[in-house]
Amino acid sequence: MARITLDHIRHAYGEKPKSEADYSLKEVHHEWNDGGAYALLGPSGCGKTTLLNIISGLLQPSEGRILFDGKDVTHLSTQQRNIAQVFQFPVIYDTMTVYDNLAFPLRNRGVAEPEVDRRVREILEMIDLASWAKKKARGLTADQKQKISLGRGLVRNDVNAILFDEPLTVIDPHMKWQLRSQLKKLHRQFGFTMVYVTHDQTEALTFADKVVVMYDGQIVQIGTPAELFEKPKHTFVGYFIGSPGMNVLPAAIDGSSVNVGGQTLTLDYRPAVAAGARTELGIRAEFISLSRDGMPVSISKVEDIGRQKIVRAEFAGKPIAIVVPEDGEIPAEPRVIFDPAAINIYADSWRVGREG
Amino acid sequence: MNKTWNNKAWFMVLPVLLLVAFSAVIPLMTVVNYSVQDTFGNNQFFWNGVGWFSDVMASDRFWQALGRNLLFSVIILSIEIPLGILIALNMPKKGLGVPVCLVLMALPLLIPWNVVGTIWQVFGRVDIGLLGHALVSLGISYNYVNNIFDAWMTLIIMDVWHWTSLVVLLCYAGLVSIPEAYYQAAKIDGASRWAVFRYIQLPKMKRVLLIAFLLRFMDSFMIYTEPFVVTGGGPGNSTTFLSIDLVKMAIGQFDLGPAAAMSIIYFLIILLLSWIFYTVMTSSDEQA
Repeated sequence: MARITLDHIRHAYGEKPKSEADYSLKEVHHEWNDGGAYALLGPSGCGKTTLLNIISGLLQPSEGRILFDGKDVTHLSTQQRNIAQVFQFPVIYDTMTVYDNLAFPLRNRGVAEPEVDRRVREILEMIDLASWAKKKARGLTADQKQKISLGRGLVRNDVNAILFDEPLTVIDPHMKWQLRSQLKKLHRQFGFTMVYVTHDQTEALTFADKVVVMYDGQIVQIGTPAELFEKPKHTFVGYFIGSPGMNVLPAAIDGSSVNVGGQTLTLDYRPAVAAGARTELGIRAEFISLSRDGMPVSISKVEDIGRQKIVRAEFAGKPIAIVVPEDGEIPAEPRVIFDPAAINIYADSWRVGREG
Repeated sequence: MNKTWNNKAWFMVLPVLLLVAFSAVIPLMTVVNYSVQDTFGNNQFFWNGVGWFSDVMASDRFWQALGRNLLFSVIILSIEIPLGILIALNMPKKGLGVPVCLVLMALPLLIPWNVVGTIWQVFGRVDIGLLGHALVSLGISYNYVNNIFDAWMTLIIMDVWHWTSLVVLLCYAGLVSIPEAYYQAAKIDGASRWAVFRYIQLPKMKRVLLIAFLLRFMDSFMIYTEPFVVTGGGPGNSTTFLSIDLVKMAIGQFDLGPAAAMSIIYFLIILLLSWIFYTVMTSSDEQA
């Protein structure tokens, strides 16, 4: 177990990157605390897997250093770094039995056989494949195979960190839930540093204490699920987290007043917006209320999703979403009120706080 | 859903059946026909039962040729298969090296067999051949025309040069189909180079290796052209393989009956051995 420091890491797959756009990973500078459970969240192709492979040593970063507990490991091999990693698609050793598959990482490191046996049985129990131990691994279903991959990642108890690269993609939803809680339990029990890559926000928010959101090769926000929801640092985080995503509307800022769609709202602070920046107002659908007074909107569609309704409407020529309770009424001449405390102001897509 | 059975569909198979009959069954039956009859000319044939077969089975000449064939196959298989795997493992996986290596590997396979024979026949000659003359000039006694060991060495090296590429190309095809994730997982699991070969590469190459093994076995067991061109079966009878012996008997001596019986025995041996290899090598699949 270790604290992992990424010191100004940049990576480009092609040789001799010329411009910023050539980098798949643009300057990541971050520290993963010892024993933390992190989720790395972002759309496909944003550099999550690249970052993971750099941590495990499968990939050498073009620039920057990686430190484990302050010790530089940038040029150490995967083996020397002692990291476990589970991949998106199951990797099993066909010709071995389920038992031998799980014992493989231990035996490769010369662990004594009684200890191997103890660890493997424990993992078999956990992934619920004890009755399959003596069977050849090739006859298994995709999710059983993935459970073995997962098991191989967890079988060593001296690893510096365990990295998961969308490990539950091929697993059916019910099992997903079960395995995720198993992982969480394991984390609490042994305190491994865990990094869990996913593009599924539910998965990220339930697994991790801290969620790291990546977008276009950089980390845009690191925070607790609540922080990501309430104060998205970047409009992308607003869109990506929460369902429906945050409403983002073009707005003109003047001191503490915000002009949006011809209406003026007053904030209790003065956002520090640089001159000439493209300014926007972001508000979550949950913090807009539909009423008889306020700003006029025209409703285009109402989606009933069970415990609440999502109202799709048009406000000042822009589509917005409003969440209304199940029994909430929709007035004939609808108007909306934005909860001032839930308004975020963005300048060139980045959030501007009250501070500064 | 109800399936309708229409036996008229069998007529669709008829053209293929005719084609196979003319190309394989009828020639084969001619051979069978010769093998059970005797003739004194004038196109008059007499029934001879299994006479030719027992003659062939009782002849030392047949068993010696068979022995040479088996020895040759065992030697070239035990060189070509490991060597082919070794080369395939070391071939580049990407970049300019890939097409270069593939073309180099494919070259020997594109040369007609009798040309291969001629190349080595000339190459090994002690008077004008590069190899033969060089060896002799270095003071090494070498002459494939009158030395049995040298004749065998020449044939083996020629076959290795000619056919290892086939094993390489098949193994390479098996290797490049292994997803990168397997190698990454092996690194994470701390697998040694040998473990990667034993548990990832070898299992994935198994099927192509089986094909390579069978092809090389059958081909080497039926080898004719190259030794015929290089040594003509000599010195003495030391490189007279079954096929060479068969041609000598059928065309040289015009002993059609024994030659036909021998052809059939030869064919059955190849069929039997291939079947045994195939069964043994695929049986581990089913145990899983």
